Amino acid sequence: MLKYLTKRFFLMFPTLLGVAIVTFFLIRVIPGDVVELRMGGESGAVSQEMLAKERARFGLDQPLWKQFVVWVGGVARLDFGRSMWTGAPIWEEIKLRLSLSLQVAIMATVVAVLLAIPLGVLAALKQDTWVDYAVRIFSIAGLATPSFWLGIVFILMLLIVFKWLPPMVYTPFWQNPWQNMQQLIWPALAVGYRYSAVATRMTRSAMLEVLREDYIRTARAKGLVQKLILSRHALKNAMLPVMTVVALEFAFLIGGLVVTEQVFNLNGLGLLFVQAVAHRDYTLIQALVMLVSGCFIVVNFVMDIMYAYLDPRIRYR
Amino acid sequence: MALARPLETVEAPPAQSGWLATSVEFCRRRPLGAVGAAIIVVMFVVALAAPVLAPYDPQLVDFAAMLARPSPAHWLGTDSFGRDVLSRLIYGSRTALIVGFVSAFVGATLGAVLGVGSAYFGGRVDLYMQRLMDIFISFPLIILALALVAILGNSIPNLITAITVPMIPRCALVIRSSALSIREMPYVDAARAAGFGHSRIILRHMLPNVMAPYLIMVTAFLGQAILLEASLSFLGLGVQEPLPAWGLMLRGAAVEFAEAAPWMAIFPGVAISLSVFAFNLFGDSLRDALDPRLRTQ
Amino acid sequence: MQRRSGLVLTLIAAIVLAASLPATAQETPRRGGELTFVVPSQPPTYDGHQEETFGLIHPVAPHYNTLLRVDPTDKTGTKPVGDLAESWTISKDGLVYTFKLRHGVKFHDGSDMTSKDVKASYDKIMKPPAGVKSLRAVAYQTVTSVEAPDPHTVVFKLKWPESSFLLNLASPWNFIYKADIIAKDPKWYETNVMGTGPFTFVEHVKGSHWVGKKNPNYWDKGKPYLDGYRAIFISASAAQVAAIRGERAHIQFRGFSPPERDQLVQALGNKITVQESPWDCLNFVSFHHEKKPFDDKRVRRALSLALDRYAGAAALSKITIVKEVGGVQVPGTPYATPPAELEKLAGYGKDINKNRAEAKRLLKEAGVPDGFSFTFKNRGIPHPYEPVGIWLIDQWRQIGLNVKQEFIEASAYHPMLKRGDFEVAMDFQCGFIVEPDLDLVRFVSTSDANYGRHKDAVIDDLYSRQARATDIEERKKVIRQLEKRLLDDEAHVAYTIQWNRIIPHSSKVKGWTITPSHYLNNQLDSVWLAE
Repeated sequence: MLKYLTKRFFLMFPTLLGVAIVTFFLIRVIPGDVVELRMGGESGAVSQEMLAKERARFGLDQPLWKQFVVWVGGVARLDFGRSMWTGAPIWEEIKLRLSLSLQVAIMATVVAVLLAIPLGVLAALKQDTWVDYAVRIFSIAGLATPSFWLGIVFILMLLIVFKWLPPMVYTPFWQNPWQNMQQLIWPALAVGYRYSAVATRMTRSAMLEVLREDYIRTARAKGLVQKLILSRHALKNAMLPVMTVVALEFAFLIGGLVVTEQVFNLNGLGLLFVQAVAHRDYTLIQALVMLVSGCFIVVNFVMDIMYAYLDPRIRYR
Repeated sequence: MALARPLETVEAPPAQSGWLATSVEFCRRRPLGAVGAAIIVVMFVVALAAPVLAPYDPQLVDFAAMLARPSPAHWLGTDSFGRDVLSRLIYGSRTALIVGFVSAFVGATLGAVLGVGSAYFGGRVDLYMQRLMDIFISFPLIILALALVAILGNSIPNLITAITVPMIPRCALVIRSSALSIREMPYVDAARAAGFGHSRIILRHMLPNVMAPYLIMVTAFLGQAILLEASLSFLGLGVQEPLPAWGLMLRGAAVEFAEAAPWMAIFPGVAISLSVFAFNLFGDSLRDALDPRLRTQ
Repeated sequence: MQRRSGLVLTLIAAIVLAASLPATAQETPRRGGELTFVVPSQPPTYDGHQEETFGLIHPVAPHYNTLLRVDPTDKTGTKPVGDLAESWTISKDGLVYTFKLRHGVKFHDGSDMTSKDVKASYDKIMKPPAGVKSLRAVAYQTVTSVEAPDPHTVVFKLKWPESSFLLNLASPWNFIYKADIIAKDPKWYETNVMGTGPFTFVEHVKGSHWVGKKNPNYWDKGKPYLDGYRAIFISASAAQVAAIRGERAHIQFRGFSPPERDQLVQALGNKITVQESPWDCLNFVSFHHEKKPFDDKRVRRALSLALDRYAGAAALSKITIVKEVGGVQVPGTPYATPPAELEKLAGYGKDINKNRAEAKRLLKEAGVPDGFSFTFKNRGIPHPYEPVGIWLIDQWRQIGLNVKQEFIEASAYHPMLKRGDFEVAMDFQCGFIVEPDLDLVRFVSTSDANYGRHKDAVIDDLYSRQARATDIEERKKVIRQLEKRLLDDEAHVAYTIQWNRIIPHSSKVKGWTITPSHYLNNQLDSVWLAE
């Protein structure tokens, strides 16, 4: 197992490097120049030499491969550089937004799991009955509704029906848990409902698969109470693929909630990303993408560990 | 203790009487999937017959009738330019289907080709391909799409590209794991031993067997593509005015007039949800039907 | 007896006095309270000399004073009044401006503000040190020097007289900084705040909010009325409206669209006060003069004639932030052409059928076939670019043209214009103050902002004549001639409809008057909150 895990561990790095390369070159292909945007803006009246000086300051006049090496070197030391738009250190730009996005992601995942597992198990047990249909319709509806539409409807409903609006400014959980919850519960519900769809489907099919295994049949034949069978055997083995799905979706929630954040006015990473792209803020974009992808890759690896531990076929290699 | 359903249900495989019988069987056994399929068919008919069905030109600006509520003249009301919502919805289905289908099919097919190739050739090819796919998968869908639209510019073909590209690696990985299991089959070895060429083996043995996951991926992507197009249009990066597209109809004015003229936002939202819903329902049932492990009980 | 009549007399006097007071008593400003406002955009840095986004002005301007400012009580936003300058004199030849500064002005750290601070700030604006950028240096080309002969006098010496010079100095961006700080580190002000303004800096949480507190030692005794302010950054406009509707914010200083205003009025009734004003901003259609067939002035005239501006204004004013039909100056301002005269220009006549027939005839004469297709490039911003774009396309359809619209993302838009990568594109004329020198300079042939690349010596001549005109009537005449040449004779560009600024705000907010510019009147010194 150790050999398998070390191999997986070392494979993370080339993937991260690959992401770094793709990001670096991809964003430089986007037309538009951050220096010109900052300096020229709407009036566009800036001298060429001023532009050249600013470019040199950001190292943009160096050959591309050199810029890349400098940047990667910084990332290895966990120094992401400074934002090209504000000049502030990247970490400063990111840290508040990260804690918000992280919290929404965690809360949404909790909502998703709380919905998915009971519903999925229920649907599997009562396969092809109206209960199964109802669950499937409910969960697919979550998948089908555009998140921004849902968000708009949410806010309007709160305003018109309850005449109440969630707090506009983010207070971290440790500062004021009640206000924090008031703001974040709504996007967490909207997003969680959406993501529960995939997890519900996964749970259902995993349960179905496991229910047909021989050892379950044996257990039933032995006359054990169905509930006991479920809890001990079926659920445990069904959990593996479900956990994988949940973990992967969680990794995506960190930076992928672009539209939801706009609608609920959350000062999160998705919004920061959109603004960074609009400003052509290379360093910030690179940092954000590395963060999100890095998250995903690490989560993948953690899943590998869990699989290795739980799946005897791998464990005893 | 009563069980939800009998433990063993022996099923005679359906007679080899072709498409019609299989479809009917499918509809009977999987009513949800049938509903999904029905909605999809309706969508197709509407899209094809748009010029006939739409009462007005979707781009016809009529300030005299702006923000009109649903009435016999305008069944679903008009938007802030006096354009008929129903007509825009009907023509919008064309955009949704074109973008959805092209993205899903191209994405899934390219993904399948890469996946099968990767599984078949194995070794170094497989290793590099996997790493490459891993890299692209770790970008969230919308981020990659955003970047691509920013690079390529705003137009429908570019939008399709931006939606297709993120889907390729996801499909590749799924098809690859399916193809891997086939590669281990004895008849593949036999074919190799008999000296059959690569392409023949791939085409005749491997591809038909990855049809099931391929079809499932296509239906899954269809729904996602439509949603992604709606999200990008909502952000202003997708289809541009004055073309009719569902996501575009939800942007800007629809939100501002959400209380004064709710029909502007409700109907496109319903259209999007319904179509994605239909594709997912159908795909879900398709997966149930095609997954051999679930079929034999 | 004597005492009693004395009392009666006093009473009568008092009654007479009370009766002679004005019928509408001035509301007395109430002190206290924190003003909460929403800002759609964020400041990249804190240095007003380097930025041009309202995202900086709205949260940061209250911390600073400028030498002159635009009179915040004047609805046209065209009158310069003293801020740090108490009075000034202009020499007969218009080449020397002498300003007397107020006494007793202190920076927030307690040090005194003197003329050397004004000099240092303007030196930084006009001749920025290496590595520091100044966006407005080009506006001060006529200045040879700024001198500070004594601690409360500042003298500007000009190369040539400029009638708009005072307005230039009233720019809301020309924050007066501390000379010592600039000398030590000219980039300090990019990330720090130290001014003389009515509010001191408390905190800025990136992406979230900005807080300012009342300056107890403000030179304008009695002001500010507020205890402080809080600026909240919200980018999505639906969320901004929700904030005001949910009474979590009092005001947003940029502007809302008509349906948003209607929503707020309907929801909050008389808890909302709406102030509206023509906006010093306008979209116009720019034709690339080096690309066929737009090099032919008949084609350009046709495209302008096709637009039913009056009907369009009436309809569009319901859905987006445009309202009045205007020429080269904001309607209602000193140099604007009156509507009756405006109607004489091509495209501004009221008989649209006649105009369109004429347009079709011109197109035919120029050899443009029916159903001719071209691409109109537009900026990817919801208001009012998108609705006006849709309207334009529809209007051009009416003369048989098949126009495709392509939206370019805001950040890529200017580079596209500069490269000349367009046939017909949407451009805008926006300013912080309504002044022909600033508004019209872009139409000079050699201007960097002349994206349509027209070369018209007549316009160049007319521009410099109006810039040097000392008599107001004379200047108006020249400006009218320029307008006619620009929009009618040569149709270099086609103006659409003047933007309309709509500010629905909580009725509790008093002491703030709307002006045509969202960069003006943001010091918040005279704003107060009613109960």
